[in-house]
Amino acid sequence: MSESENASGKMQVSDDVTIELRGVHKWYGQFHVLKDINLNVHRGERIVICGPSGSGKSTMIRCINRLEEHQQGRIIVDGTELTDDVKHIDQVRREVGMVFQHFNLFPHLTVLENCCLAPIWVRKMPRREAEAAAMKYLEKVKIPEQAKKYPGQLSGGQQQRVAIARSLCMNPNIMLFDEPTSALDPEMIKEVLDTMIELAESGMTMLCVTHEMGFAKTVANRVIFMDGGEIIEENEPNEFFNNPRSDRTKLFLSQILQH
Amino acid sequence: MRSLFFQILLVAGIGFFGYTIFQNTLHNLEQRGISTGFGFLDNEAGFGILMTLVPFDETYTYGRTFLVGLLNTLLVAALGIFFATVIGFVMGVARLSKNWIVSRLATVYIEVFRNIPLLLQIMFWYFAVLRPLPGPRQSIKMGESVFLNNRGLYLPSPVYEQGFWLVMVALALAIVASILIARWAHQRQEKTGQQFHTVLVALSLIIGLPLLAFLLAGMPLSWNMPELQRFNLTGGMVVIPELAALLTALSIYTGAFIAEAVRSGILAVSHGQTEAAYALGLRPGTTLRLVIIPQALRVIIPQLTSQYLNLTKNSSLATAIGYPDLVAVFAGTTLNQTGQAVEVIAMTMAVYLVISLGISMFMNWYNKRIQLVER
Repeated sequence: MSESENASGKMQVSDDVTIELRGVHKWYGQFHVLKDINLNVHRGERIVICGPSGSGKSTMIRCINRLEEHQQGRIIVDGTELTDDVKHIDQVRREVGMVFQHFNLFPHLTVLENCCLAPIWVRKMPRREAEAAAMKYLEKVKIPEQAKKYPGQLSGGQQQRVAIARSLCMNPNIMLFDEPTSALDPEMIKEVLDTMIELAESGMTMLCVTHEMGFAKTVANRVIFMDGGEIIEENEPNEFFNNPRSDRTKLFLSQILQH
Repeated sequence: MRSLFFQILLVAGIGFFGYTIFQNTLHNLEQRGISTGFGFLDNEAGFGILMTLVPFDETYTYGRTFLVGLLNTLLVAALGIFFATVIGFVMGVARLSKNWIVSRLATVYIEVFRNIPLLLQIMFWYFAVLRPLPGPRQSIKMGESVFLNNRGLYLPSPVYEQGFWLVMVALALAIVASILIARWAHQRQEKTGQQFHTVLVALSLIIGLPLLAFLLAGMPLSWNMPELQRFNLTGGMVVIPELAALLTALSIYTGAFIAEAVRSGILAVSHGQTEAAYALGLRPGTTLRLVIIPQALRVIIPQLTSQYLNLTKNSSLATAIGYPDLVAVFAGTTLNQTGQAVEVIAMTMAVYLVISLGISMFMNWYNKRIQLVER
């Protein structure tokens, strides 16, 4: 039995669809970034999205919490369709957490305040409750002792773990990761990946744009390869890495797996 | 050792230079029969001043001219800082607007007024805009009781009648109550998470309570309307064109610089901050208030400080159009009449120094409070 089957065996994937993209198109001016994207994500599923830069993978996951607008097609998250309606957008953003390549922590707030901001102002939680919840998540990402420090005083890996904890404080059903380890020094990548693996084991629905193929092999149920704004290939990790079907996938894999 | 020698030499040189100037001045003053010291401040001034915030006529002392000039300077500086800040923030945000026309207009405003010398702008508003206005008899009327002519802007002035103190008491009460409510709302949010429309409630209190007192006390306020007589307007209050021109020029000129400071401050906060806040579910208004503005302020404040200092010091250009500020009145007329150059100039410089240091100290204190902690 391979490692990946081991891991996925522990984690249940349900049948109900939590994110649905149907015929999604997006343009930046004349540039066609997303071309007819169709994707169903099931509850508890962990999807890794890879592909060359400019292939539209970040844009796609940023459409899921409406940081980018799609111009054609439908995106339905947890039963709420993303339209211009602010209420729908609020609803979706409350349920979907996101972790960015450059952490985007608020530098003028302490780690604890970073984590409490949204629960207090969006979920209308009492401060003491919000702080208690935040400490719980900071312990989960193993940096409760940094709670009173400011982001500028932490290392990159620590900052990214705070960013993960900050998202979790909103109790999201779905987590989006936009190249979470790309801006980190090599020695810090592992601590962030470990946190993400733990999160996956807790049954969180996750969409990760990443080039960490080891992570894809251990954690993902499905790997999606995008190029030129299209989904070229999707498969479960073993098949994907061992028997890629399209030539573009083979080329991409040969380039990133060389080392 | 050698550097110590040169340092001592330098100090000695500067000391000797200062001493020579001091001796030379004393000698010259003595020769002209001018006594040194501040005794002249008690002498009668014997000249009138165009605009005074405190009672003044020819029989008051030179000391009083100092006070009149100082108050006029403080008036134009305070009003200028207020208007420049408002203009600056509006224009700075407007320049970043997604609306093409709005951002273009703001850009044109900023680039035009930033790049024309201030003195020229003061003269423009005074000689080209306000002086050529028609005389009092052909005043431009705005409504029934506001007149604009080449002698100034005539406005109704309030006359407080008996019982007006009730309104003031009500206002004070409303302010105190608002502060208490804000505290209570903050604590309640800490405990229960419920939010409260503090701003709305405080606003309606501060407006409503005095209004109620005003009505209950039988409206103890009347207006003294300016009226057109044969040759001039009487009654009401008047904003003299010198003040209007100086204030307009200072506000618009400094506002253009503040707009740039505001723009750079907002741009300095990366777009990732907005995205992170949005991704957490925060609304645009909350994001601006809790995430963007606190970070933008730390870039804006130092530049704002230097613009406030500039405005205060630039207000001394009042002399060019005859607005009776400290420099025009005290370092101008009073100095000419008394010849007490050393004392007068020293006092005037001390005033600007104190005002500038005061502003600077306050802004530094504020800046320190909002500074970021880095490693």
